[in-house]
Amino acid sequence: MKPDPGLYDYLPWDARPRIAWPGGARVALWIAPNIEFYELDPPPNPQRKPWPRPLPDVLGYSTRDYGNRVGHQRMMRVMDRLGLRGSVSLSTAMCVHHPEVVAMAAERNWEFFSHGIYNTRYAYGMDEAQERAMIDESMALIAEHTGQHCDGYLAPALSHSESTIDLFAEAGGIYTCDLFHDDQPTPVRTRSGKRFVSLPYSLELNDTIVYVVNKIEPRRYGQMITDAFDRLYAEGETSGTVLCVPLHAYQVSHPHRLRAFEQAMDYICSRDKVWKATGREIAQHFLDHHYDAFRAAASAQASAHGIGA
Amino acid sequence: MSLDASYLQYRQRRYGMDHARYAWSMLEQRTPQHWPESRPLALWINVSVEHFPLDASGQGFKAHGSMTMPYPDLRHYTLRDYGNRVGVFRVMQALAEHGICASYAVNGEIALRYPALLARIASSGSELLAHGWNMDCVHYGGLDQAIERQWIADSIAALTPHAPQPIRGWLSPARSQSPRTPELLREAGMTWCSDWVNDELPYRFDTASGAMHTLPLPIELEDRFVIGENLHAESEWADQCIDAADFLLDEARALGAGRLLAINLHPWVIGQPHRIKHLERVLAHLAANRAAIWNAAPSTIIDAAVAR
Repeated sequence: MKPDPGLYDYLPWDARPRIAWPGGARVALWIAPNIEFYELDPPPNPQRKPWPRPLPDVLGYSTRDYGNRVGHQRMMRVMDRLGLRGSVSLSTAMCVHHPEVVAMAAERNWEFFSHGIYNTRYAYGMDEAQERAMIDESMALIAEHTGQHCDGYLAPALSHSESTIDLFAEAGGIYTCDLFHDDQPTPVRTRSGKRFVSLPYSLELNDTIVYVVNKIEPRRYGQMITDAFDRLYAEGETSGTVLCVPLHAYQVSHPHRLRAFEQAMDYICSRDKVWKATGREIAQHFLDHHYDAFRAAASAQASAHGIGA
Repeated sequence: MSLDASYLQYRQRRYGMDHARYAWSMLEQRTPQHWPESRPLALWINVSVEHFPLDASGQGFKAHGSMTMPYPDLRHYTLRDYGNRVGVFRVMQALAEHGICASYAVNGEIALRYPALLARIASSGSELLAHGWNMDCVHYGGLDQAIERQWIADSIAALTPHAPQPIRGWLSPARSQSPRTPELLREAGMTWCSDWVNDELPYRFDTASGAMHTLPLPIELEDRFVIGENLHAESEWADQCIDAADFLLDEARALGAGRLLAINLHPWVIGQPHRIKHLERVLAHLAANRAAIWNAAPSTIIDAAVAR
């Protein structure tokens, strides 16, 4: 085990190269619906139980299945009305189990990135060849069923190894959503030396973390999104920021919750300096325009303080 | 370190579900549901009447609300029993005052312990759901099948003398099932069950002993979950119920497809004197929208959905 993941360099918030988003936007907004499949009876993983209750965990399984049967279309109507495209964090087995959901997102020109095969298959305990095979298969499923190249990765159920990001970069990806250390994209160091970035993917605004872990009231969730946006919009006048709202239809699309999300999105979309983007678009823009400056700035500040970067 | 090769094999990966219990379908892709009198929203209120034994075994797992302190856990035993002595009467009064009918999911042991309560519920003509024997008799993977069959039979038999009609519906304690629960329920004469929370309308559920239906009863909106587990304020719970009603009414009208609002209540939670007024606010909101709402017993709702 390492005391530090060693993936990115320190760079103070108030001393960075300026990020300029397209159209002079202050905030790059991206919505990341997780479209997931959880198995009723997955094989056991030595380090993590798939379900809290003895199998079959009817409550846990059916809670998540609600998103696929009921939630996605409800959320899509909100997104459509506001002209928002999702960047789908996809359990790629969904392409086989429920291709209709994948097709609905594809028709909307949404982006797909890999969230593993199933959200009940964890990377814990995999050797590199196994994790590489899982990543490769997930990217192949996206290519086969959507025609898209998979550019981003969010590890299934946030289960990582020390090699996860290296493996994904080597497989041809350009960004990860697995790191929560910043409100701007960050260059990520990979063993292959490939140009690779971390995108902000706010765990604090992730509806599952909000509703299941932190047990927040629906209207307060809407207020949290609005407050985060106001701050990032104000700071974005100096240098572009990123607001990500990760969603799960099995949480946000409940009848007592969706309106709060919709009202927050109404507010955000009423402001003019918002870049409605996808993960791929933000990552590519950063790679094209800001990656090198950020790398150089990190090296400069490290050497100025006598730290090897 | 590596995992067994089977961890990267996906034997259930195929079109549809990874099990054979029900067919895959999306709510909005189905033929629209139309309720009687063209009302956009059906309303099902269920009251869960529960007994939490003092000598809880915790076998399988402990249902939320079960004993947590060293024996004898008088605090939790009596707080739960409060619902059956006091709280449920406040809930019944609130329902009556707003002219709203409910079903009652009752642990079988309640009928033995408190026949006066069963008689009172029966006098309202309300539908009864079998709700297992008590909240410590959790149906779970690993439960002996003969014991489970007996619990189911006992639960239905205990309620039957009090039921205005034959009992058809089942809600498991803590919505938990063993792999064989659906078969055993079907063999015991149940035609529908509310354990699976994956939909908002009834759907066909297959068992090796014949087909039945699921009528989902959402956990995310019930008083025990919102107030007891999420620790939201009572007023917040009421707001959430009202928001859900308004949302579903809007969606039903916009899509021309009937929707169902199902709210599960626990008298040991919502029947407390500082909470009951919040239930009354929810019921007043529903009553104010009466012209758009079809308030019915759950078996009646399933029959209407299946008959379409």
